[in-house]
Amino acid sequence: MKKTVFLGALTVAGLAAGAAAAGTLDDVKARGKLNCGVTTGLVGFAAPDANGEWSGFDVAVCRAVAAAVLGDSKAVEFVPTTGKTRFTALASGEIDMLARNTTWTFSRDVDLKFTFVGVNYYDGQGFMVPKSLGVSSAKELDGSTVCIQTGTTTELNLADFFRANNISYEPVPIETNAEGQQQYLAGACDTYTTDASGLASTRATFENPGDHVLLPEIISKEPLGPLVRHGDDEWGDVVRWSLNALITAEELGVTSANIGEMSAAAGDNPEINRLLGTEGNLGEMLGLSADWAKNAISADGNFGEIFEKHLGESTPIGLARGLNAQWTEGGLIYSPPFR
Amino acid sequence: MTTLSDPPKEGFQLSQLIYDTRYRSMTIQIVALIGFLVLIGWLISNTAQNLADLGKEPSFRFLSEPAGYDINQRLLEYDSQDTHLRAALIGLLNTLLVAVMGCITATIIGVTVGVMRLSNNWLVSRLTAVYVEMFRNVPVLLWIVFIMAVLIETLPAPRDFRGETPTASMSLNETVAITNRGVYVPEPLFSRSLGDVHLFGNSGLRFDVSLDLIAILLVLGLGLFASNRIKKRADSIQESTGDRPTTWYLRLGVVVLPLVALLFALGFYLGYPELKGFNFRGGTHLRNSLIALWLALSLYTAAFIAEIVRAGIMAINKGQTEAAAALGLRSNRIMNLVILPQALRVIIPPLISNYLNLTKNSSLAIAVGYMDITGTLGGITLNQTGRELETLLLLMLCYLIISLSISAVMNWYNESVKLRER
Repeated sequence: MKKTVFLGALTVAGLAAGAAAAGTLDDVKARGKLNCGVTTGLVGFAAPDANGEWSGFDVAVCRAVAAAVLGDSKAVEFVPTTGKTRFTALASGEIDMLARNTTWTFSRDVDLKFTFVGVNYYDGQGFMVPKSLGVSSAKELDGSTVCIQTGTTTELNLADFFRANNISYEPVPIETNAEGQQQYLAGACDTYTTDASGLASTRATFENPGDHVLLPEIISKEPLGPLVRHGDDEWGDVVRWSLNALITAEELGVTSANIGEMSAAAGDNPEINRLLGTEGNLGEMLGLSADWAKNAISADGNFGEIFEKHLGESTPIGLARGLNAQWTEGGLIYSPPFR
Repeated sequence: MTTLSDPPKEGFQLSQLIYDTRYRSMTIQIVALIGFLVLIGWLISNTAQNLADLGKEPSFRFLSEPAGYDINQRLLEYDSQDTHLRAALIGLLNTLLVAVMGCITATIIGVTVGVMRLSNNWLVSRLTAVYVEMFRNVPVLLWIVFIMAVLIETLPAPRDFRGETPTASMSLNETVAITNRGVYVPEPLFSRSLGDVHLFGNSGLRFDVSLDLIAILLVLGLGLFASNRIKKRADSIQESTGDRPTTWYLRLGVVVLPLVALLFALGFYLGYPELKGFNFRGGTHLRNSLIALWLALSLYTAAFIAEIVRAGIMAINKGQTEAAAALGLRSNRIMNLVILPQALRVIIPPLISNYLNLTKNSSLAIAVGYMDITGTLGGITLNQTGRELETLLLLMLCYLIISLSISAVMNWYNESVKLRER
C-alpha cells in the first residue's frame, strides 16, 4: 500500500513537471500576474522609464494581455531577456509569453516549438553607419567590422548578405543592444546592424543622432510578433486575440478616449459591440470576462495609439507607419474579424 | 568432559541483514545506492518524457547541418556554410588558445609576484600585496569587461590613422598598429613555402598543417638536441680534467645557424599591417576580445598563484636558506637551487586547480564577444537550433575532457618533482 502511494507520488510529480506546459491561462489567473519576456532595454519597444515602469511597443502588448486576462494592466512581471536567453526562458515556462521584437521564422515556429500569434511590427534588417564614413550603400561595406547581436536572425542574414554579394566582413558579436551601442560609438565597429526599427530607436538615444545614417538596403524580412509555447492553444488564442483586439479597435475607431462611452451600452456597429462584449459571448469562449477586450484596449490604447505613443513620428524614434499601417491605409496590419 | 570444537551452526536469516553488524553497513550502502540510481533514472526518464511531450527528442543530427553564421577569430579555415560541428571545433580551439596563453602568463606573473611579495623591500612587497588583493577580491567577469572597455574607449579607431593629419600613428617603426579593434603585428610569411598537409579530407574536423612550421620545429628540436649533447660532453670533460671548455658559441651556433639557413631557404619575410579600406589588412590581428580575456584571466589567476607560491616558499624551513647562505650561495641562487625545487612540491597540487579554474573561467568569453566554444556551440548554435540539452551536454563533455587532460599532465609533472623517498 505504502509503496503504491510512493510510486503514485512519483508519477504525479513526473506528470506535474510534464503538464507545466499546458494550462498557462489557469496558471496566470491563479498567479494573478503575467510573466512577460521583453528585451533588456530598447527604447520604444521595451525599456524601463525613470520611475522603473516598463513602457514601449512590446510592453504594451504584455499589458494588453494582462488587462484582458486579469483586468489589470499593471499585473505584469517583466522579465528582461537577451537574444540568447529568450527562447530558453519561454520553453522552460519561466515566462508565459515573449514580446521581444522576435522574428517569426519557419524554424522557430516548427523546430523550436513555438507559436507566433501574429505580427505587431513588420521590420527588416538595416545598417547604421557614421556619416563621416562616407558610405552610401551596404554593398560598399567590403572589409568592414560589423557589430551584431548574437543569437539573432540578423546574424544569419548578415552572413547571407555578405556571401551573396561576395564581400568580406569581420563580425563583432555582442550580447545586448547597450553593448553594441558602446562599441559602435567608440568606433570599434564601422557599422551596427539589426532591425531597422531597432537602429532608429538606438540612434534616437545618441547625443548627435544626425551624425549617423541608416543605409538604404533592407536585407531581410523581419515580421516581429509575440509568441507562446507550442501545444497550449487556449493560451495562444488569448494572446492572439488580445493583439487582434488592439488592431481591430484601431480599424473600427475605438480609442482609449471613447472606449468608456462605447462599452457602456450596445451601439449601432455590431462588430464593435461583439468586440467590447456588449453583444455575444466572445469573452466567455476565450475563458475570459465579457469586457476582456475593453480592458485590453484601455490598457495603453488601440494599436495606432500605441504606435504613435512609443514609435511614431512625434517620438524621438520617429518611425513612419509604412508597412505597419492598417490594411485600409495601404499597410499590412490586418486582423481577422471578431465574429 | 567434552569440549565444543565447532561453533554452533546457524542458517543465514534475512533479519541478519539488519541486525547483524557484519552485514548491516553493507545493507545500508546497497539500499542507498539503489535509491540513488532510482533518483537518477527518474530524472533522466522525466527529462526524456518532457522533451518527447514537447516533440523534441534528443538528436545530434544538427551537428552536420550548415551553421550559417560567421566567426571572427578562427584558427582553421571556416565559413558560414560549414557545419555546426566545425563551428564547435573552431570555438574549442579558441578556448584552448586562450587557456594555454592564460596559463603560461598567469604562471610567469604569479611566480614573480609571489616571490616579490616575500621581498625585504617594503615598497615591492606592499605593491605586490595591493595587486594580489585587488585582483583576488573582484570577480573576474568585471575585470574582463573592464579591460575590454578600457581598450575600446582609450585606443584610437582605425579611422584615426587616416587622412591628411591623422590623430594616431603606428608604433615601433610603422610595424605595429594598436587600435581599439585589436593589435595588428607583423606576420611571418614564406615566399618559397612548402605548402600544407590536409588532414581528415572534407569532414567537419579537417585541418591543415603547415609544412613550414613542422620543418622549423624539427630543425629547432635537432638544434636543441645537439646543443644538449655538447653540454653533456663539456660536463664529462670538466669531471675528468677539471677544466670546462668554452662552448657557448658552439651551442648557440648549433641552434641558430641551421634555423637561419632554413628560414632563408623558405624565403622568410614579414608581412606588415597596412590601412586598407575600413580596417588594417595584413599582419596578425590580435583582437581586443582575445587581449581583454587573456589579460583579465592571467592577472586574476596570477593573484591566486602568487599566494600559492608564497605559501610554498614559506613552507620551507628557514634553516634551508641559512644553510645555503652558510655555503656561500647568493640569494637568487638560494631561491633557484634550494628553495623553489622544494617549494614546488607544495605548489603544484593547488596550481593544478588554478589552471582548471582559468580554463573554466574562459567560458566568460561571451561577455566581450570572444567566440570560444561556449560562444559557438553553447551560444549561437544552441540558439539557432534550439537543442539546449544536446549542446549543453556536449559542452560539458568538452570542458570535462579539457580539465581532465590538464589534471593528467600536471599530475604527471607533480610525480616527477615529488620527494623521492629512499
